[in-house]
Amino acid sequence: MPAMLRKLAQRLGILQHSFAGGVHPEMYKVTAARPVEVAAIAPIHILPMKQHIGEACSPLVKVGDRVLRGQKIAKSEGYLSVPVHAPTSGRVVRIEEHAIPHPSGMGLPCIFIESDGDDESDTTLEPLTNWRELNPAILRERARMCGLAGLGGAVFPTFIKLVQDKRFPIETVILNGIECEPWLTNDHRLMLEKPHDILTGMAIVMHMVGAKSGIIAIEDNKPDAAESMRRALAEASEMQGVHVVVLPTRYPQGSEKQLIYSLTGKEVEAGRLPMHIGVLCQNVGTSKALFEAVVQARPLTERLVTVSGDAVENPATLSVRLGTPVRSLFASRGLDDLTGLHLLHGGPMMGERLKSVDVPVVKSTTGLLAMRTETMMLAHTEEQPCIRCGHCSEACPVHLVPNLLADACRSDQFDRAENYQLFDCIECGSCSYVCPANIPLVHYFRYGKGQIAQTRREQVFAEASRKRSEARERRIEAEKTEKAARRSRVRRDHAPAKPVESAEPENNDATQEKS
Amino acid sequence: MTQLLYALLSLGAFALVAGIVLAVAQKVFHVEGDPMVEKIDNLLPQTQCGQCGYPGCKPYAEAVSGGVADVNHCVPGGERTMLAIADLMGVEPKDLEAEATAPMIAFVREDECIGCTLCIKACPVDAIIGAPKQYHTVISDHCTGCTLCIEPCPVDCIDMLMKPELIEHWSWPLPDTQRARLGHDRRETHAGHA
Ligand code: SF4
Ligand code: SF4
Ligand code: SF4
Ligand code: SF4
Repeated sequence: MPAMLRKLAQRLGILQHSFAGGVHPEMYKVTAARPVEVAAIAPIHILPMKQHIGEACSPLVKVGDRVLRGQKIAKSEGYLSVPVHAPTSGRVVRIEEHAIPHPSGMGLPCIFIESDGDDESDTTLEPLTNWRELNPAILRERARMCGLAGLGGAVFPTFIKLVQDKRFPIETVILNGIECEPWLTNDHRLMLEKPHDILTGMAIVMHMVGAKSGIIAIEDNKPDAAESMRRALAEASEMQGVHVVVLPTRYPQGSEKQLIYSLTGKEVEAGRLPMHIGVLCQNVGTSKALFEAVVQARPLTERLVTVSGDAVENPATLSVRLGTPVRSLFASRGLDDLTGLHLLHGGPMMGERLKSVDVPVVKSTTGLLAMRTETMMLAHTEEQPCIRCGHCSEACPVHLVPNLLADACRSDQFDRAENYQLFDCIECGSCSYVCPANIPLVHYFRYGKGQIAQTRREQVFAEASRKRSEARERRIEAEKTEKAARRSRVRRDHAPAKPVESAEPENNDATQEKS
Repeated sequence: MTQLLYALLSLGAFALVAGIVLAVAQKVFHVEGDPMVEKIDNLLPQTQCGQCGYPGCKPYAEAVSGGVADVNHCVPGGERTMLAIADLMGVEPKDLEAEATAPMIAFVREDECIGCTLCIKACPVDAIIGAPKQYHTVISDHCTGCTLCIEPCPVDCIDMLMKPELIEHWSWPLPDTQRARLGHDRRETHAGHA
């Protein structure tokens, strides 16, 4: 019904556009009114060699080296990658594998830095205050070497999309200040406290991609943030084409494609990117990080993390150095004993359960939640049979039929799952959230996607093995032929009287085998 | 009468044209080899390890397609491959002959290698490099873990090690619910008849 009403409203022009489905979870934004606090610098920092989507980095330092804050300690080993920097000054004490925040509980090589308390910064990088006159390529390189990756949680290397492509000129830059996950308040606080930094970051992006207009998107549950950004905009005379748009609150509005649809009415088709319709989306936190990288010459060494949850009595939005152990962050909020609690990395809708607290804060750490109760995606222990109520399809923002998809994944019918467009699922968790039968729908989709990816990897490997084995057989054949030819040559040299008869059958044999 | 004649003639002419088209199409679109063998071969891991009792994956595919071999002999392929072949052939799935071991790769202890090149000759997928009289190395990304290189080595300097698990290749397990397990256990009947 609400969907029909919405469509009607759109027809009548009351409501502009609105993505399909979605849910209205309880928001619990308990830290929204509290100013950001700066977390203490931890004695040990743990820096994983991969904190972004793409290829891992390799260490540039060795045990015993002294490093400064902002110093590059690991370099990219590929194009889709950004380097890692020391979060404070100190000494490298270990380089070894350590658990990272990941649903597998597995680890990656990490650089351990023991801080010396001086927090001395590396000052070799020059501020680019004249960025308006600079070639976008220089700024792009700055974004890359400062280790910028999408801080909304997706951690896609930022520099990749900051590019002018003649075929797909960017007309509109969208600044994403939606923050639709419950509990999290990083972007909210940032818009209240650092609106000018965010705007400058946005101006740099617009300069880089040559965009003329910009939209700052905020949901109507954060009127103070909208107000703050509007005020800052009024003071920034050069940002004429930019305006703030307040959208009705609905999860998952912060998801890129859904947000673009809400703002422009344009759909980014499956397999296409926002740039194909002339749009670039950036999170407000990333925008501020870009400002710092360009204007203040500061690589990415800290981020905002909401430490909250119903088990945290003194929750806060914290400014945290990357590599800070999660355990010490909870301890700093008075939560020493974590036994029996449900710990989440990220928000409750899309976040993942932490297998261990002995992991560091990384570039993707939007929030750390400690829950006493099993909420939302954690609550699925007693899965009941599907009652075909259809709530899941109504809630799905990408028009999938989650109950059928889950059936297909559960019974390993992956062809069927792919026909139902499994890979269009953005894993927003809306379907799981509304399911009265407690079916862990998203979990099934993650399982299905993983199994299909595994099969594809195996197919690629099998194909490569086949090619190598065929090449080997051809080589062996060629060697045989050559040997045979040599032998016949030798024989001919030794018995010149009747060369033709002895040479011919051998050659025939060889060619026959070859065919 | 003439109408009947017209009808017969036009239908006859049409049939003739269609026949020619079909004959030409058969020549032009003729497929080399047996498509069933190709399909089965594409489901096999291409390890060429011979554990199925055939000299390689293609010969095993031929045997399965010809009805000579059962669908459950490929060891490295495991249950998934067996189910896929059974599904393709439209036959009942069978229990596996042998359980596949955890993925392994070969590793040459280089200081002990005498450079005899025997392992290179044994490796069906060219995963070992090295010149005569120099130590040899397994390209771990190419090694299928078939163990065929172990036997020929005269100084026993090749070990089979556990293939390191990559975090990028980790995938979510099934949800830990009873219905998930039940539904999953029923999949064989699904896979066989879907
Ligand atoms: S998790 Fe996937 S299937 Fe479920 S509502 Fe979100 S997009 Fe749709
Ligand atoms: S919401 Fe749950 S019970 Fe309802 S149709 Fe979807 S899967 Fe079935
Ligand atoms: S057991 Fe499997 S992988 Fe090995 S040769 Fe036979 S079909 Fe190929
Ligand atoms: S290196 Fe050894 S184990 Fe690996 S594929 Fe070659 S023969 Fe098999």
